[in-house]
Amino acid sequence: MRVWRYGDDINTDQLFPGKYTYTCATPEEIKPHLLEDLDPSFASEVREGDIIIAGKNFGCGSSREQPVVGLRAAGIRAIIAESFARIFYRAAINQGLILIECPGAVHAYREGDEILLDVERGELSVGGKRFTFPPLPEEILAIRRAGGLLPYTREKLREKRKSQE
Amino acid sequence: MNENIMKKKGMWYCCEYLPSLMETPSLHPTGASRINRQTTIMSAHVMHGAAVVHMGKTFAEKVLAKKAGVSEVVPGQIVTVKPDHLLTHDNTAAIIGKIGPELDEYGIVNPELPVIVIDHVVPAASEKTAANHKKIREFVKQFGITHFFDAGTGICHQVVFERGLALPGMVVLGSDSHTCSYGAVGAFASGIDRTEAAALMLTGETWLKVPESIKITLEGTVGPMVSAKDVILHIIGDIGADGANYCSVEFHGNLASLSIEERFTMANMGVEMGAKVAVFPVDDITRRFLDSRVDRTSYEAVWADEEALYRRELRYDLSGIEPEVACPHRVDNVKPVGEVAGIEIDQCFIGTCTNGRLSDLRVAAEILKGKTIAKHTRLIVLPASREVFHAALREGIIEILSRAGGMILPPGCGPCLGAHQGVLAPGERCLSTANRNFRGRMGCREAEIYLASPATVAASALTGVITDPREVGT
Repeated sequence: MRVWRYGDDINTDQLFPGKYTYTCATPEEIKPHLLEDLDPSFASEVREGDIIIAGKNFGCGSSREQPVVGLRAAGIRAIIAESFARIFYRAAINQGLILIECPGAVHAYREGDEILLDVERGELSVGGKRFTFPPLPEEILAIRRAGGLLPYTREKLREKRKSQE
Repeated sequence: MNENIMKKKGMWYCCEYLPSLMETPSLHPTGASRINRQTTIMSAHVMHGAAVVHMGKTFAEKVLAKKAGVSEVVPGQIVTVKPDHLLTHDNTAAIIGKIGPELDEYGIVNPELPVIVIDHVVPAASEKTAANHKKIREFVKQFGITHFFDAGTGICHQVVFERGLALPGMVVLGSDSHTCSYGAVGAFASGIDRTEAAALMLTGETWLKVPESIKITLEGTVGPMVSAKDVILHIIGDIGADGANYCSVEFHGNLASLSIEERFTMANMGVEMGAKVAVFPVDDITRRFLDSRVDRTSYEAVWADEEALYRRELRYDLSGIEPEVACPHRVDNVKPVGEVAGIEIDQCFIGTCTNGRLSDLRVAAEILKGKTIAKHTRLIVLPASREVFHAALREGIIEILSRAGGMILPPGCGPCLGAHQGVLAPGERCLSTANRNFRGRMGCREAEIYLASPATVAASALTGVITDPREVGT
């Protein structure tokens, strides 16, 4: 597992350049351009299970969801940041990408530290230091449990139809 | 953060931010324009975690309570709402691509819900974007979408604004971050991602967290050649790119001097300080603007109570604000124009959803009338809509800007996001009236983007270097 470390206010143009927004939509199309204008090594070196640690306001800017779709498809286990921009945060919920807002863990991390993560219990260990983060509200956990917003919506539509029959 | 979660009366209250109770007052380095009062108040509802105390409500609390069909809501509460409109643009192609089988089976929830505007890559720049546009047109036809505007009508936010599709008290969500623009007319308007837009097409409802609010009180009036763009850049420079993260920003105070177009510019940039919504009260200026579009009975204005509680209150004296420039590569890297004057500019860009309206083009024409732009500089002019283009034609503005050396582009978003038109070369600098100057934003990682008002961009086009518009005679 590798930890990718970035700073404050990483915007979605850096995570996925706007010039590709209307030509790349599938995970396969998105992945080669991930973080292209921030860290050109990322797309070729990222591996399943890697973690991103960043500062405040991660994912600010455009509402494009390609960064979230791409990072999820690339196998990013979680993004731990001091804070997230709100549209990015919603997009992550909708795609089932795990975001953890935990400034203490971000500040504690030193290169080489082992990171252990238990999302269900809301626990995080960074280089042996333990942090907790609160669970999401029930309404939002239901979306994650369903595997993202679209599977959740499909379930709801099926239930609604059933109840009308 | 995220510590204060409690379940009460069957509802979740989750407070993502627990700011300190008092923040240190600060003066903005650019001068005394910031009045020395910066108080952070945590909503009493959440702070005590005890009985819900009835008190004044913010704009966001009132709109969301109404839309959720409950008597009151508190910050942090999750509510389910049915938005009045859902804005989508060229990304409609990707949105409907996600839900093909569901659309076949269940159809669209309501053909009057979406507002679809083809604007991001217009006219189509490639076979792929053309195919996307075609797919959108076919979808619109198949499902009888009421509010569809094809390429050439305008930039989506300008079109929504012009057509009276965002009204006071409405909840409008859109798969574009600058959906917050409609706060200019007192709507609760906010950006979402494509997947959420897809789900909304099917169900017509979604969850929203009731935001905390920030009250920004404006005092005085701006000086000559200083505009709303300078005001909002100044505020963003002051509070930072995440200064209003997750919050509803309410503008209060002396708003009579701000036209509806200027309010649009300010609300548009709300997201650049992280705001969920950025909103103005409905007054005579709003009503006069809406009168030519809709009947007054078709909307009900909502505004905050006097005694509403805010996470933070800020005051700005507009008379102290100078022409401002946001320097690469952050929107909050704001400096008064004097500090960056003289920097050479390769391309000047006047347009976008932030500053492509008639009043913006008018001020540029006043500066450039009978003159020619500097030899080493290019000027791109992009009216925000066909309506703006026609009005500018009638006033002779288009001819003035074209004769001055400007290239007139059809209304669209291409240059702003680097999709096509006006893409920069490595090492080039652009001075733009847009809302973002992120690295790579205009298509090239090695280029620099500076943001300013139309007056500053027009004045700089004349000289070829960043120029204080107050120093250029009109």
